[in-house]
Amino acid sequence: MTERWHAGVIPYAEMGYWKPEYEPKDTDVLAAFRVTPQPGVPPEEAGAAVAGESSTATWTVVWTDRLTAYDNYQAKCYSVEPVPGTQDQYIARIAYDIDLFEEGSIANLTSSIIGNVFGFKALRALRLEDMRIPLHYVRTFQGPAHGIVTEREYLNKYGRPLLGATTKPKLGLSARNYGRVVFEALRGGLDFTKDDENINSQPFMRWRDRYLFTMEAVNRAQAETGEIKGHYLNVTAATMEDMYERADFARQLGSVIVMVDLTAGYTAIQSMARWARRNGVMLHLHRAGHATYTRQKSHGVSFRVIAKWMRLAGVDHLHAGTVVGKLEGDPNAIAGYYDTLRLGSTPADPVHGLYFDQDWGSMPGTMPVASGGIHAGQMHQLLHYLGEDVVLQFGGGTIGHPMGIAAGATANRVAVEAMVKARNEGRDIFVEGEQVLKAAARHSRELDVALATWGDVTFSYEPTDTPDAVATPTAL
Amino acid sequence: MRITQGTFSYLPDFSDAEIRAQISYALDRGWPLSVEFTDDPHPRNTYWEMWGLPMFDLHDAAGVLLEVNQCRTAYPDHYIRLNAYDAAKGRQTIALSFIVGRPAYEPGFRLDRQEVADRQVRYTTHPYAADRPAGDRYRAS
Repeated sequence: MTERWHAGVIPYAEMGYWKPEYEPKDTDVLAAFRVTPQPGVPPEEAGAAVAGESSTATWTVVWTDRLTAYDNYQAKCYSVEPVPGTQDQYIARIAYDIDLFEEGSIANLTSSIIGNVFGFKALRALRLEDMRIPLHYVRTFQGPAHGIVTEREYLNKYGRPLLGATTKPKLGLSARNYGRVVFEALRGGLDFTKDDENINSQPFMRWRDRYLFTMEAVNRAQAETGEIKGHYLNVTAATMEDMYERADFARQLGSVIVMVDLTAGYTAIQSMARWARRNGVMLHLHRAGHATYTRQKSHGVSFRVIAKWMRLAGVDHLHAGTVVGKLEGDPNAIAGYYDTLRLGSTPADPVHGLYFDQDWGSMPGTMPVASGGIHAGQMHQLLHYLGEDVVLQFGGGTIGHPMGIAAGATANRVAVEAMVKARNEGRDIFVEGEQVLKAAARHSRELDVALATWGDVTFSYEPTDTPDAVATPTAL
Repeated sequence: MRITQGTFSYLPDFSDAEIRAQISYALDRGWPLSVEFTDDPHPRNTYWEMWGLPMFDLHDAAGVLLEVNQCRTAYPDHYIRLNAYDAAKGRQTIALSFIVGRPAYEPGFRLDRQEVADRQVRYTTHPYAADRPAGDRYRAS
């Protein structure tokens, strides 16, 4: 009998979880973890421990392993590299056989990969930086209920970012007053308005009343502009039964889109995505709560992984950062999130924080949403950083306009159209953006006033979460 | 009212030079252009009349603009839009679509409400122009 099978505790690396010679198969699920071992724990052992604890291992040798083809089921840590510029952090790459995962289940995938291992004592901190989902596994997921292309064709809106706004104040408005904000913002020129993440069914406004008044507003704005309009009706609730009831009512009222919060859980999101595909209603996901585990660089799960999971889970919209707004977001990291949501394939790109090649096959893209502290005066930066397939959401930047909500909406719409026009004409909008906006403001008093109100508002703080696998300057 | 469908409806109507610049942008990306017109601007009217086939083989901005202007001459009281199409795998959809002609007077839409049970309302968007027969909707009477 070899040492491997003696009863007792042996290092994970010696149990087969450290295999530097392993060549990952095309069908393997790959993960890149940022590992901070406890002092005295060798990095290879730490990587092996992560591989072990996220697959077959327990803390001691068990003879029942020998009843299985354990080589197949053991995850293999095949590379450990120090993170440049740090003393004690390493990137450990781990390969998992596809058989470890149930087809089409985010809950199962995550219970394996992030289930137990993040509390493991031999590590001071652990962060899941990225994953490669093999195409074989991608194909077992529904993916976005509609996707970017179908959304554009359904809304009849092409060639420019879509515009939205979250109703403010986010709490406290009665249903009737809430609908007023929706109506004004949509008739002024926005494509979408939005329930906030914590608008569900509170004493000041029950969900059914909100849905009725909101759809009156949506339909009025549609008739006033001749354009398709939508409001993300938040169906998040305590149980799936409640969520289905709300979603069915939204569908019955003719809403083109509903929304769910990340706090509802992965399985609830997958269920809603299936409902959305079946009923021809788009699904918006608000990433409520994500920053509790995505923001710190040494511990948690990177948002690029959440973005991958949510595209698989099947949402049509996902909030993914603004670069220039009030919420955390490094330009390079955000470029990685946007590519992950939108493209058919993404090559490994350390500058953008992408550790692996990722092939999505023909799975449609998820429309990224930029929301939080953005305004018309930043339109050139927004179009430059985020591109065209994005929903730009100006909550305060619409509702706070001195001339009223509709004027705020018009200012944003004029700004985005002027910027797209200038870009298409070959102008360097990143450099000339302010002139483009000023010129557009000459025929739009709404934009002129918006620029005078917010033109110089910026949120310049150092991002906490930046890609650093290679030393790279921050773009802002 | 001014119907605000299309990529650029919140900007002043484009001059021929401005339209041509957008055509060049599309042609540079390999997107063929097409011209469509209608006198039913209902937001769910997806299929406007085609002014000929999409111009897959016309790579000259001036030539595309000529088609736009011929359509405008033939249908001065219709909505006319110019589409650029991206046939790339994973897209296969319109990349840019903007209105290049509209009737002098746009009466807009009536919102019909049918009150049903439980405080629900069934909404219908009705173009005023659709009360007259197709082809005769925006002509000065």
